[in-house]
Amino acid sequence: MSEKRRISLTVNGKAVEREVETRTHLADFLRHEIGLTGTHVGCEHGVCGACTVLVDGAAVRSCLMLAVQADGAAVTTVEGLARPDGTLHPLQTAFWEHHGLQCGFCTPGMLTSLAAYLEAHPNADEPDIRRAISGNICRCTGYQNIVAAALDAARVMREGR
Amino acid sequence: MGVRYIGAEVKRLEDPKLITGRGRYVDDIHLPAMLHAAFVRSSHAHAKIGDIDVAAAAAVPGVVAVLTAADFGPRMAAAMPQPYAAPVIKQSITQHPLAREEVCYVGETIAVVVAESRPVAEDAAALVAVDYAPLPVMAEFRKALDADAATAHAGASDNLMATLRAQFGDTEAIFASAPHVFRETLSQHRGGCHAMECRGVVASFDPGPDELTIWTSTQAPYLVRRLLAGYLGRDESTLRVAAPDVGGGFGPKAGFYAEEIVLALLAERLQRPVKWIEDRREHFYATTQQRDQFWDVEVAAASDGRILGLRGRCIHDNGAYVPYGVLLPATSLAAFPGPYALACLDIRIDAVFTNMVPNTPVRGAGRPNTAFVLERMADRVARELKIDRAEVRRRSFVRPDQFPYETGMKARDGSPISYDSGSYHACLDRVMAKIGTDFVARQQAARAEGRYLGLGIAAYVEDTGLAPFEGVSIRVLPSGDVVLRTGAASQGQGHATVLAQICAEGLGVRIERIKVEAADTGKFPLGIATVASRVAVTAGSSAQLAAERVRAKALKVAADMLEAAEQDLVIEDGIVHVAGVPEMKVTLGEIARRLAGAPGQPMPAGVEPDLAATAYFEARQTPFANGTNAAEVEVDIETGEVKILRYLVVHDCGRLLNPRLVDGQIVGGVVHGIGNALYERMVYDESGQPLTTNYGEYLLPLATEMPPIEVEHIETPSPLNPLGIKGAGEGGTIPAIATIISAVDDALAPLNVRIAEYPLSPERLLDLIDAAAKAG
Repeated sequence: MSEKRRISLTVNGKAVEREVETRTHLADFLRHEIGLTGTHVGCEHGVCGACTVLVDGAAVRSCLMLAVQADGAAVTTVEGLARPDGTLHPLQTAFWEHHGLQCGFCTPGMLTSLAAYLEAHPNADEPDIRRAISGNICRCTGYQNIVAAALDAARVMREGR
Repeated sequence: MGVRYIGAEVKRLEDPKLITGRGRYVDDIHLPAMLHAAFVRSSHAHAKIGDIDVAAAAAVPGVVAVLTAADFGPRMAAAMPQPYAAPVIKQSITQHPLAREEVCYVGETIAVVVAESRPVAEDAAALVAVDYAPLPVMAEFRKALDADAATAHAGASDNLMATLRAQFGDTEAIFASAPHVFRETLSQHRGGCHAMECRGVVASFDPGPDELTIWTSTQAPYLVRRLLAGYLGRDESTLRVAAPDVGGGFGPKAGFYAEEIVLALLAERLQRPVKWIEDRREHFYATTQQRDQFWDVEVAAASDGRILGLRGRCIHDNGAYVPYGVLLPATSLAAFPGPYALACLDIRIDAVFTNMVPNTPVRGAGRPNTAFVLERMADRVARELKIDRAEVRRRSFVRPDQFPYETGMKARDGSPISYDSGSYHACLDRVMAKIGTDFVARQQAARAEGRYLGLGIAAYVEDTGLAPFEGVSIRVLPSGDVVLRTGAASQGQGHATVLAQICAEGLGVRIERIKVEAADTGKFPLGIATVASRVAVTAGSSAQLAAERVRAKALKVAADMLEAAEQDLVIEDGIVHVAGVPEMKVTLGEIARRLAGAPGQPMPAGVEPDLAATAYFEARQTPFANGTNAAEVEVDIETGEVKILRYLVVHDCGRLLNPRLVDGQIVGGVVHGIGNALYERMVYDESGQPLTTNYGEYLLPLATEMPPIEVEHIETPSPLNPLGIKGAGEGGTIPAIATIISAVDDALAPLNVRIAEYPLSPERLLDLIDAAAKAG
């Protein structure tokens, strides 16, 4: 039940080495082992998307992935989206500008999901963005301002290329 | 003048931390030596419980304690308190924090396991063996009052929790003489709140000063403090309850829960901090739900379609216990007569017990149910009399010249309910103008192609700003920064921003200088709860009053310091100066330092220390918000899919403090209602087992299904508070179910399908279409 294994990975650009229980999922590892509580756990069965993080650039549900599976990977959480100097990611700025969040609980997963999606699909339109976040549940906003924010961020990201 | 904030689209003060992962929700709190709790919950809907064998669980390495009610002795002898006692409650049955003899719903707490980690606590909880002797189950609320119904509580004579009734006018005579009377039965179904953050509690006890601190994901920290202090026999001064960042509330987090008592007792007993975080399955089992109602109702109408009166009966499922008084069914009752000027009303609501999760308000509380009843009946009148649906409403609404309008309903103290102001016709007319005159032509053209378009409309009135108060204190620090404190809790509404806007404008400081601290009984003495769309009205008005008082004090002291006349002074960006002479100035920080005192230096004459003020605006009367929604849908009669093509809201919540935030509340609320109408279905089988306990089985609205929602405002300021505010938190949800159902009904009218229920799954819609076809 409590078999342990040593893993090493990078989280938000920093090297992390820890001994973890093999059954610990990546979300619990990030939140409780290394104190990055920005990643949220909303359903723990892979539907709500609040726990989404980037693993080697891909959006992944960290409640459905074991920490040991991230051995050797580069993980980015919501805490790692802004630049080291504090400059916000265009999505973060746009969520703030467009009132794209209310309680903020789903927000980290929305931001990470969209960060990966817009990186791969810079010309995404509204239906694309709605599909891209169809695996992220928000109970507060009705999604409208999240979509508006994502479209605006996509524009900013294109202009910045 | 300084910067204008009230009414401006100010970006939220809350957001920088939330978009960078620096929020602090209850599960983000980590204390040294903290333990983790997991609950053993009933697997039966109704059973006597016998032996509880904890040996295997206690033997798991890392387990610190496995405890039942008996282990807590007299500390846990009592059932949970009734927060809202009322004479009308016939059987005020509340659950025990941990069940003692009987369990009455699947998910009821029976025992608690405390361990060094959450996984270990959960592993061990699964090893606790409970001896159940099953009892007959009541899981069909419509039959709860039948003579042969099983009782939800052993030994109870029946399942009646309370009967509520509202009456005005001569119903008998009006129905006897009315040209038209139509009868409907309407079914409304239960769903959950499904805040993305589940509930959670951290409890910490410091035996030195004998202080207990509870962090809980709640909408009502002061209610929790009062009830918990009473249960524990603890003075409120030794109990601090704080709501950290809360990831959505939507009603069910406004109650007081068993887990809050258990965690408090664990922290006292074990003298170590203890955390419990609800998982999503527990949320389905153990967090209160809402909306199960069955209506048998009649409407009386004049020949011109004017609605004269309504009478009928509702069976309201209260679930297994009474954790929230009769506030939920009472909210349904109080929502009559909506926007309609009725000559008579006679409504009876029987609230009944079942062996399902207790019901308490979910966004809109009983109001969406009542709006559904009123709007289905208005549509029915229109259909029967072949009068346009908007016209029936126009002829039946309270007219602009009738405000303030006494509806005929009575408040709890017996005083008449009066609508303060509103724009019922204007909202309706604006919605219809936006829909345009070509809808019928488009609908007919679509039908010719075998496509079924429908238009739905629904209007509503919402009582907001519930009495009595939420207080606000404003204090200027020697730095010139301002701290605003309130008891009102937030779950994402943006209260900090709105209160800071009011403070900034009222006091004359830049909003960046204001820090808001809320929902912590250690920081502000009193509070009620964030429910009933009340915080902007109550706390907003208090912020205005407190800012005025601080401003007046600052001016008085500044006049003394500058040797100028008070009336010649202005405050801009935190600087008091003589109007037109900007160099004759003193900053608010300097005034705060003057009023902070120094040894040997007297205070200015007639001024108390501290550049601060606390205000409690007292809400004595209710500001009523109103609006009309409309939706265009297309129904695929082969698949049963309902596609929402367009959704319109014209809404009046008085003066808009921050239009962007109000729009956010409205759109989010509408989507909640759309979920209730089309997707969310909390299913129990006949043995009271919940069958939909994950997000594969219980569907929430997703971005792909939601239509563009257009929101427009009409501003009719309330005369009842200084800023003219009406609440906006639930106005999106209240009419949304009725709007969608109206639209689907309209779409399927050619097939003679009549919709008198929700939710409408594709499967259910196909059944209704088939049944109508068979009936020919």
